[in-house]
Amino acid sequence: MDFDIDVIARNFSLLAEGMLTTLRLTSLALLFGLAWGTLLTLGRLAPGRFLPALAALYVNGIRAVPLIMVIFWIYFLLPVLSGAQIGAFYSALVAFVLFEGAYFSEIIRAGIKSISQGQLRAALSTGMTYLQGMRYVILPQAFRKMAPVLLTQSIALFQDTSLVYVVGLMDFMTASAMVASRDGRLVELYSFAALVYLVISLAATFVVRRMEQKFKA
Amino acid sequence: MNYQWQWSVLIREPYLGWLLDGIKWTFAISVMAYAIALVLGTAIGAARTLRNSRLRQAAAVYVSLLRSVPLLVQLFLWYFVVPEVLPEPASHWLKRELANPEYWTTAVGLGLFMSARIAEQIRAAINASGAGPGNAARAQGMSTAQIYRHVLLPIGFRHALPTLTSELLNTVKNSSLALTIGMLELTGQSRQVEAYTFKGIETFTASTAIYILMSLAVIFASRHLERALEIPGMLSSRQKD
Repeated sequence: MDFDIDVIARNFSLLAEGMLTTLRLTSLALLFGLAWGTLLTLGRLAPGRFLPALAALYVNGIRAVPLIMVIFWIYFLLPVLSGAQIGAFYSALVAFVLFEGAYFSEIIRAGIKSISQGQLRAALSTGMTYLQGMRYVILPQAFRKMAPVLLTQSIALFQDTSLVYVVGLMDFMTASAMVASRDGRLVELYSFAALVYLVISLAATFVVRRMEQKFKA
Repeated sequence: MNYQWQWSVLIREPYLGWLLDGIKWTFAISVMAYAIALVLGTAIGAARTLRNSRLRQAAAVYVSLLRSVPLLVQLFLWYFVVPEVLPEPASHWLKRELANPEYWTTAVGLGLFMSARIAEQIRAAINASGAGPGNAARAQGMSTAQIYRHVLLPIGFRHALPTLTSELLNTVKNSSLALTIGMLELTGQSRQVEAYTFKGIETFTASTAIYILMSLAVIFASRHLERALEIPGMLSSRQKD
């Protein structure tokens, strides 16, 4: 069969625009997902019974459900429930934040738990408040421990954004699929898409490994 | 909110049958994919701990390739690209003679995708017991195959059991991607019921609950398995922290 490289060059701007959407979605989902994950962790480690139970229910519930399901919930059902139309990009963003937040919170929680409880008590006994102890003693150490895992999860998030294909948001994956079926060039486009995801993920993994070594030293 | 609730849609035919059919396919894909992932993942994970550096590197390349491409893209490669680029008899078989190609593509594609993840868990589990058991077995005169068969893998599997459980849950969840190549498993059927009845909230609530129940069942079963297979005094699974 004939392999038509030119089809990629002809549709370059469409694919590049798709990649921009992918990167925008990834970075926004990462930012808000981390914020939501941190809040969930604070809820899980909060004193009392109610907040930790609620946060645990949310985290374990989300982690039991496929990402596609969450995307469908937000895309099809949020407008029905709330009456608000927020568009494909923002509904995908909300789905990813809700979903990834649960995973990030597990990572953050493990990071905090890996720091000995004695350190927090020591901080409290020197007169720091709980928040100061977290801010100046626990979190800086916990962050070093969880940074590689958080970054690996971010690479997974980057790959997961390809699932917005199911609601037709024009990210890199959807753009590739659209050109593929419109021009009848499935082999070229899907191979190209795989190559692009591969190169970006491998490069990011390489950077994470280098950082890991630096943190260790 | 202006929504007409109609939970009865869930027990009305044909929609009930569709959902049950979806559960059946989710189950069928997950079981086949996980079986493939477990067998291949164990082999690749063990290969990553071998002394032979060429095999070790080949296994490392396999793992990093499969972990660096999104599952959706991998499924499209297996479904749209591979049948086109394969030489003639294989290509014809895939396109014309293979029954239910959507099922087999998802089961094999998902199985390969998960095998890379399981390989990492197996490798970590084998490394977790340190060099001691392997060296001791070698000193006894065991061959490499015997060392893995009788010493490293039996211990490694027990170490890996909790993570193998979560990979099984991931397999079930990831089987939902089958809908992108036209396989109507649970998520796909829910989407279809929603499209026919506009009763999306009821349908998706039901399928979400089914996924959660499946996860709970797997977690419950694996807790029992972990306890049954525990090596006394070796694992910290029951230690209180």
